[in-house]
Amino acid sequence: MQNSNDLELSRRAVVLGGAASVALTTISTGTALAQSAQVVGPQLATIPVALEINGKVRDLHLDTRTTLLDALREHLQLTGTKKGCDHGQCGACTVLVDGVRINSCLSLAVMHQGNKITTIEGLGTPDNLHPMQAAFIKHDGFQCGYCTPGQICSAVAVLEEIKSGVPSHVSGNLTETSKATNAEMRERMSGNICRCGAYSNILEAMTEVAGEPA
Amino acid sequence: MKPFTYERATTPANAAAAAVRTPGAKFIAGGTNLLDLMKLEIEAPQHLIDVNGLALDKIEPTPEGGVRIGALVSNTDLASDERIRRDYGVVSRAIVAGASGQLRNKASTAGNLLQRTRCPYFYDTNQPCNKRKPGSGCSAIGGVSRQLGIIGTSEACIATYPSDMAVAMRVLDAKVETVSANGATRAIPIADFHRLPDATPHIETNLAAGELITAVTLPRPIGGLHIYHKVRDRASYAFALVSVAAVIQSDGTGRVAVGGIAHKPWRIEAAEAAMPQGAKAVASRLLAGATPTHDNAFKVPLVERTLGAVMAEARKT
Repeated sequence: MQNSNDLELSRRAVVLGGAASVALTTISTGTALAQSAQVVGPQLATIPVALEINGKVRDLHLDTRTTLLDALREHLQLTGTKKGCDHGQCGACTVLVDGVRINSCLSLAVMHQGNKITTIEGLGTPDNLHPMQAAFIKHDGFQCGYCTPGQICSAVAVLEEIKSGVPSHVSGNLTETSKATNAEMRERMSGNICRCGAYSNILEAMTEVAGEPA
Repeated sequence: MKPFTYERATTPANAAAAAVRTPGAKFIAGGTNLLDLMKLEIEAPQHLIDVNGLALDKIEPTPEGGVRIGALVSNTDLASDERIRRDYGVVSRAIVAGASGQLRNKASTAGNLLQRTRCPYFYDTNQPCNKRKPGSGCSAIGGVSRQLGIIGTSEACIATYPSDMAVAMRVLDAKVETVSANGATRAIPIADFHRLPDATPHIETNLAAGELITAVTLPRPIGGLHIYHKVRDRASYAFALVSVAAVIQSDGTGRVAVGGIAHKPWRIEAAEAAMPQGAKAVASRLLAGATPTHDNAFKVPLVERTLGAVMAEARKT
């Protein structure tokens, strides 16, 4: 764990430059440098956090700024979850937190102490695919594949949201439970962008898993 | 993102006290707006107070026959609540008209109220912006202003307030409940919660330093048909050009508030008296004194037409 943290810090140090990189370096090289380094603003803060990811508890010690997305990708090497826009607009970073889909780029890892997080790696494996993963393959629900982990996590959660009675913008009657129609699924998937334009095949995959006629 | 220290608050009053005591402190709940802005260094808190452990996530009946919505109730949970769907449908409709499923799952009720503008010049840190950097000027005036405000604007700022949910809460006369560092509580009518930009567009609400929102209350249900009609550049996941929240009774009377045109949800109660006379009569009173720019002059007729569509829908039902 410590090795991967060091790698991450050196990569960031190169990318960021300036005061932040000096501050980051202080963590990996110890207190001597920390005392001599000039840190702008508040002292750099790190904090321990335990996340249950895909059924395994992972203990991390993170810079408070680390997003859940960066904790997954850079600290735990769970690179299935993708960074697209990093601002909650594209949905590539979608993961499930206690079964609920969120943008992992817009959430701090330290705010997920004790949460159960499911990433694309936890939904299924190449030998034991989740039905939604199998349906995406069968219906060609992707081209380049970059948005796919987010699309699949979102698709799984969308069907759950429909079942549990969450309304949407296209729901006709607010007091009735929606069905997994084309219109409902399209509206509910609008937070996942696919630049290749695989939308119609994604919809077919979701329709098959939902068990409703398209 | 600038470095910050972090703590988990234990009680609402302690959270408020910590916010007063700690320089550069901010509360964080869902974080969907704040973290976006922190990544761009438009927001640079030195300390974050995580309020997610405060158990403010319930929707409960009030003694007056209304509901109290905890500050931490997620947008999805609020829109899905059976009582809200049945008695306050305009709130459900407004929420699901905004953002994406992922964002609504994380965004809180209080955080939604405190959303900051999406004015492109507020987001572009290379441009002057009085809201981001007081006194630096307004790039939107004379700039690209198609999305921006047409009424209640000032020489310092023409930004719009982006929340859909708050427009529905304005039409229902919601109150915002808060606690201060000394433990004092108060309820702010939503009409007085958000401010017009005037000369201080960086001050967006009437919350005092450290004052924490604990709940939003809705009064006893008023019946009627609840409609939220949002006009935007794409069919889903876009901010409003114009939106109308309405509660219309079977006799044609009712209430309307408009989003996407001002620095706060725009409602003029006196204009509602004109509802039986039609959309033009209402719109002319709602928008009296409007000062649209060349780019957003289209919003003036769009408000009237959106009101017209809402009122036609009510007559049909």
